[in-house]
Amino acid sequence: MRSDAANPDVQVAIASSDDVVVARQKGRALALEIGFTASEATLIAAAISELARNIVRYAGAGEMLLRDDGNGMLLMVARDRGPGIPDVKAALRVGFSTSGGLGMGLPGVRRIADVFEIVSNGAGTTVTVGKYKR
Amino acid sequence: MAVPILKQGDVLIASIQSALTDVDLVMLRDALVEKVSAYRTRGVIVDVTALDVVDSFASRTLRDLAHMIRLRGAETVIVGIQPDVAFAMVQLGLTLENIATALDLEEGLAFLARANRRR
Repeated sequence: MRSDAANPDVQVAIASSDDVVVARQKGRALALEIGFTASEATLIAAAISELARNIVRYAGAGEMLLRDDGNGMLLMVARDRGPGIPDVKAALRVGFSTSGGLGMGLPGVRRIADVFEIVSNGAGTTVTVGKYKR
Repeated sequence: MAVPILKQGDVLIASIQSALTDVDLVMLRDALVEKVSAYRTRGVIVDVTALDVVDSFASRTLRDLAHMIRLRGAETVIVGIQPDVAFAMVQLGLTLENIATALDLEEGLAFLARANRRR
């Protein structure tokens, strides 16, 4: 059964670059706890770092929810009530950025994800990323 | 958390002690670029052994740092990228193109010594 963000194992409020580090460290710990390898846990921590940074950069504040779905998948949900992503397709293109970045963050996360979904509108953005254990 | 920057001969060594925030990384970049001039440095070593993650922002900041320092006339070597971190960087499509890397501090110092002999 696919779980959602309703009952997360870890929930981190994101409003600063310190929170980004807290979120990725908690994500790494959860990944190791549920049996991901150290390499995979580092990859998951990097993905969380990208998602959480985007919250700070584009929405100012939001939250990261992390959950073990019980079937070998770690779900990472980044949720904010920011202005939304004007062009989701463009945001997933390598090299595209509206903030002066290199446009490597979100495309990289999508590349490593087994589940990847973005819901974005004027009421906010929710990015859901799932990663299976190998 | 501020990163200690040590001076050894004409080399500056920035030894990262823990996970760094984006703000910390930018401060490190700016501090190194400034100190290169202040101390008439020939080479800079950034030891990232303790860095938990190198994501798009970290790899970009390390690249910017190395390019800025090159424009100031010194060489930079990034040392200590851990195997798991290297794995994640490759998976995410992140590179440190045109940036010198070395296994550890010792190799980094040897690289800078060779680079300085050449000029």
